[in-house]
Amino acid sequence: MDEIIVDEQVDITDKVCPMTFVKAKVCMDELEDGEVLAIRMNDGEPVQNVPRSMKEEGHKILKLIDNEDGTYTLYVRKVEE
Amino acid sequence: MALTDTQIERYSRHIILKEVGAKGQKKLLNAKVLIIGAGGLGAPAAMYLAAAGVGTIGIADADDVDLSNLQRQIIHSTEDVGKPKVQSAKETMERMNPDVKVNIYHMFVDASNIRELIREYDFIIDGTDNFPAKFLINDACVLEKKPFSHAGIIRFKGQLMTYVPGEGPCYRCVFRNPPPKDAVPTCKQAGVIGAMGGVIGSLQAMEAVKYIIGKGDLLTGYLLTFDALKMEFRKIKLPGDTHACAVCGDHPTITEPVDYELNVCEDKI
Repeated sequence: MDEIIVDEQVDITDKVCPMTFVKAKVCMDELEDGEVLAIRMNDGEPVQNVPRSMKEEGHKILKLIDNEDGTYTLYVRKVEE
Repeated sequence: MALTDTQIERYSRHIILKEVGAKGQKKLLNAKVLIIGAGGLGAPAAMYLAAAGVGTIGIADADDVDLSNLQRQIIHSTEDVGKPKVQSAKETMERMNPDVKVNIYHMFVDASNIRELIREYDFIIDGTDNFPAKFLINDACVLEKKPFSHAGIIRFKGQLMTYVPGEGPCYRCVFRNPPPKDAVPTCKQAGVIGAMGGVIGSLQAMEAVKYIIGKGDLLTGYLLTFDALKMEFRKIKLPGDTHACAVCGDHPTITEPVDYELNVCEDKI
């Protein structure tokens, strides 16, 4: 995949479910259609749930990168309904 | 205006919803809803709207809290008996949510003051218990082009409908005129099951929230009735023809709100 241009980033490693998704979603709501949000999250429950929740909102999951420090970064492109 | 961390947490279960999100929550925080009547319907409506973070809530009622109100008017407590209902309601809402600004109108709402009263609000909730008030609110909302939720409760029954200017019939289209005096009992004479205010008043709050966030279908052009004894809801389609209505029709004969006479045993709003 070509390099992804990130428009905004958010760190949700300080949150637990469901505030992980809520914090990411509040950021996403500020973006324009087509812009990309990079979300840094902890391994485990956030990695299980946040990508799925973003997908359910209709956004496009671009990729999930293992940062190899116990965190992952999810790249999501905003799709306005 | 960005949501604070406290607001993001408080409204997180709203923000999670696809239909609400941060945008919808901000709309709620910027919205102004007026509730006329701080009783059986107004109490739960006011509480849910306050909890939801509707930024400005007006509440109008001339009465004081009476011991006989407490069986259903859950915004008031035993210690509030004797206090103006609007004051008691304001205190409860402010305790629930400091984001909410509560405007109180401790007065009789009538033809002389209603148009000015509703003018600054986005959505009106009719939480009154008598026909003159219901026609007054309807006519004023039509004239001021304000959406509102009508509701009524008695015994084990309740009903509601929503009026949005230009999107279907108004209350007067359906019911024409108040019934003759003493033809129908009020809930004071007939009684009402306490939770009925909770069911119908909460549905009114639901309509207000949906209107504000602009999602879903409102009860415009429909009357929803609830019979608690049979546990039956019915959604009745109303006639769509508003042309002949005396207030919202093509040639209205009512151009100002009207004060109808109340039954002697009824209080004003």
